[in-house]
Amino acid sequence: MPRKGILVDRPFERLTREQAELIHQASMQILTDPGLISFNREAVDILHSHGAAVESIAGDHQSWQVKIPEQLVLKALDTAPKTVKLGARNPDNALIMHGDEPRVYLITGSETNIWLDVDFPTYVNKADPTKEIRVPEFKPRRGTIDDLCQSAHVCEHLEMVDGYIRTVNIQDRDITEENKDVNKFFASLNNNTKHFMSGLTSLKQLDNVVRMAELIAGGKKALEDNPIISFITCLVKSPLQFVDDTTETFIEVCRRGLPIVVSSSPQAGTTAPIKEAGIMAQINAEVLAGITLGQLVKPGTPVLYGSVPVRARMDTLGDSYGSVETSQYNIDCVQMARFYRIPNYSTSGVCDSKIPGQQSSIERLFSDMVVTMSGPQYLHCAFGLLDCNSVFCLLQAVLDDTHFKMIEFFLRQPRVDQPELEAMLKQIRDVVATSQKLYIGHIRPVLRSGEISGVYPFEGSGEADDVFELAHERMKELLARPVEHIDRETTARIFEEIPGILPRLNIYESGS
Amino acid sequence: MPEDIINLIQESVIQGRIYKDDEGMDEGMVGQPGVTELVESALASGLSIQSIITKGLSGGMNIVGQKFEAGEYFIPDMLASAQAVGAAMEILEPYLAGSGVNAKGKIIVATVKDDLHDIGKNIVSILLRGAGYTVKDLGNNIDTQAIVDAVREEKPQFLGLSALLTSTMARMADVIQMLEQNGLRDQVKIIVGGAPVSEEFAKSIGADGYGADGFQALAVVEALTSGTEN
Ligand code: B12
Repeated sequence: MPRKGILVDRPFERLTREQAELIHQASMQILTDPGLISFNREAVDILHSHGAAVESIAGDHQSWQVKIPEQLVLKALDTAPKTVKLGARNPDNALIMHGDEPRVYLITGSETNIWLDVDFPTYVNKADPTKEIRVPEFKPRRGTIDDLCQSAHVCEHLEMVDGYIRTVNIQDRDITEENKDVNKFFASLNNNTKHFMSGLTSLKQLDNVVRMAELIAGGKKALEDNPIISFITCLVKSPLQFVDDTTETFIEVCRRGLPIVVSSSPQAGTTAPIKEAGIMAQINAEVLAGITLGQLVKPGTPVLYGSVPVRARMDTLGDSYGSVETSQYNIDCVQMARFYRIPNYSTSGVCDSKIPGQQSSIERLFSDMVVTMSGPQYLHCAFGLLDCNSVFCLLQAVLDDTHFKMIEFFLRQPRVDQPELEAMLKQIRDVVATSQKLYIGHIRPVLRSGEISGVYPFEGSGEADDVFELAHERMKELLARPVEHIDRETTARIFEEIPGILPRLNIYESGS
Repeated sequence: MPEDIINLIQESVIQGRIYKDDEGMDEGMVGQPGVTELVESALASGLSIQSIITKGLSGGMNIVGQKFEAGEYFIPDMLASAQAVGAAMEILEPYLAGSGVNAKGKIIVATVKDDLHDIGKNIVSILLRGAGYTVKDLGNNIDTQAIVDAVREEKPQFLGLSALLTSTMARMADVIQMLEQNGLRDQVKIIVGGAPVSEEFAKSIGADGYGADGFQALAVVEALTSGTEN
């Protein structure tokens, strides 16, 4: 049984069917004029051999102008699977995504350099030293592999987290470009039994991480049936360029038939038009170009339509994930993916705010709600991410989980049918006939059935705002709860066969 | 088995079931006798009123109280149990005199004139009934004169007044004044409540007690009964 996710009954859409059609046509035109610039030779060859017009561009870097004809795209859209399964170490955590079914899975990530610790020092009132309060203090530092293990551990226990994208970049001294991939994969997989998706730091490590996944899943065939890992590549750099190295990685992952996200992240105002129609036509063209390439490499490769559109901040020209337009673009992308019936990877929850607080809560809850309502299948909703994707705070992830429980509850389908209404008519008549006219007696049968939403779990006593402290308690509780690690035998084989994993990650040997 | 009936009464209070068709806290209770049916058969089999009340009803309610304290029961559960006790007490009332059981006392409750808010007052009534008091609820929007008349006729030990509007709070003072004028003030302890009412306000109008919620209402009545309240 796969995870349930949140089934959005009637997804919220911004575009009419005609508008979606117009965006599709505009994207098709973009793919032939101006087409894409490819910095990757192999992509050019593949596309060319299938009928794309290719022209070398003069300049320092080797690059080509590629014009992808419409029928190539349409064929790719045809062979791209409409249902994608992402497996998991614990098969009950598998995710099954149908491109035409708005069932939302909530995913963490993605990697930030900074890890935010929280502490609660006591402050004394100057005017009245008998008065003391504890105030949350956030301390940023560089992320480590221990942090990654902790985050995977807590996310294993966060109910609303359906899949894990690592939240923090490991910057320990003994982590190198070369051993980073095997370590981040092992640390994440060993502390979390949900689906694991990641990018690759070094293509050379692809076969090592796939081998690791095979060992865990129980062999090559088992991994095919239960792909416990998948990949994300930003092969397109906006506007409209196939980057050399990520395109190479993309092609190699497709060859191995593992699920992959084709993701594009244009920034409205700088790398895409600031107008909605413009960024939409462009991002759609960029993603379709990637999907087309993937399907040419290996028809039937499971792909996700990945969209991370964002608006620029007018003060810094940095990403403004907290802006309202960012949610609008994301919702439009969800609709375009559904238009093609390809499962969508979408984004919400990343905020501009640098620390947990009112701004972070408002920004993330806003985008989490509206984007979830649009029904993306794989919502990278950024549990714990702050400061436009550069800071991760585990405490914030715990808060996000709570807020997603509210969203999940809100999106449940109403129960209004004949038997229910008949029961209600009886109840109304019964109660009205009593002297007290109170329905309280009828609360009981539903009180513990999960039909009534709970009070905010971090509500303080009296007037004190204890949200952070209570969430922090919860975080510690979750950390203290054990996780199911990879078994001893498999761990031994992984350490034997796959070079570069830090010995201290072996829980059976390091004594920790 | 008589002991069994007492245990079943206790259990039906814990389950908050009045009639056999009622659902309880646990699954599969529908069809088994509720507290009213059980009390009837307890009476028929000659069990003492004393044991029905102290072991069965109060015993059950004590356990409910513990479950509430422990966070296992919520207010709707507590009220369901209190209602079950109230329903049982109604059946037992005719037998109380001469049963050796000290009746806990009679309470008249009312929401004052021009005030239609009665949810809080109803909850207070349910809890008082559940604790074994005989409650006569006059309703809401009750004339000052009608309240005074009821006190004269029913001779209750307590009068509970509820008001939810700042504009109707003053009616409580009117009631107390009229009781004094009629020489009835000393016969009855008066407790007041409702969102705008406070301890201070209660004192200022000469009431005997104040309760911020249903549980405090019960506590203050119990304290006044045992004379610990001043
Ligand atoms: C529900 C409600 C209504 C309902 C009442 C339904 C009903 N069957 O009772 C309706 C919609 C009819 C209503 C009408 C009005 N309402 Co109104 N209503 C409320 C509301 C939202 C909740 C009251 C309630 O039931 N609370 C839940 C119960 C469980 O709590 P409780 O009543 O406080 O009771 C507890 C304790 O106070 C205590 N207690 C209560 N009584 C007693 C008695 C004793 C003896 C003891 C010991 C303890 C005790 O124990 C109870 C249980 O725990 C309050 C707001 C509020 N926060 O109180 C406004 C409120 C009381 N209403 C208000 C107003 C203005 C009105 C109207 C005038 C509105 C209008 N313009 O029409 C009318 C007045 C009608 C009238 N003439 O009375 C104002 C009053 C402001 C003021 N000036 O005082 C309030 C405060 C809302 C507001 N902020 O504006 N209302």
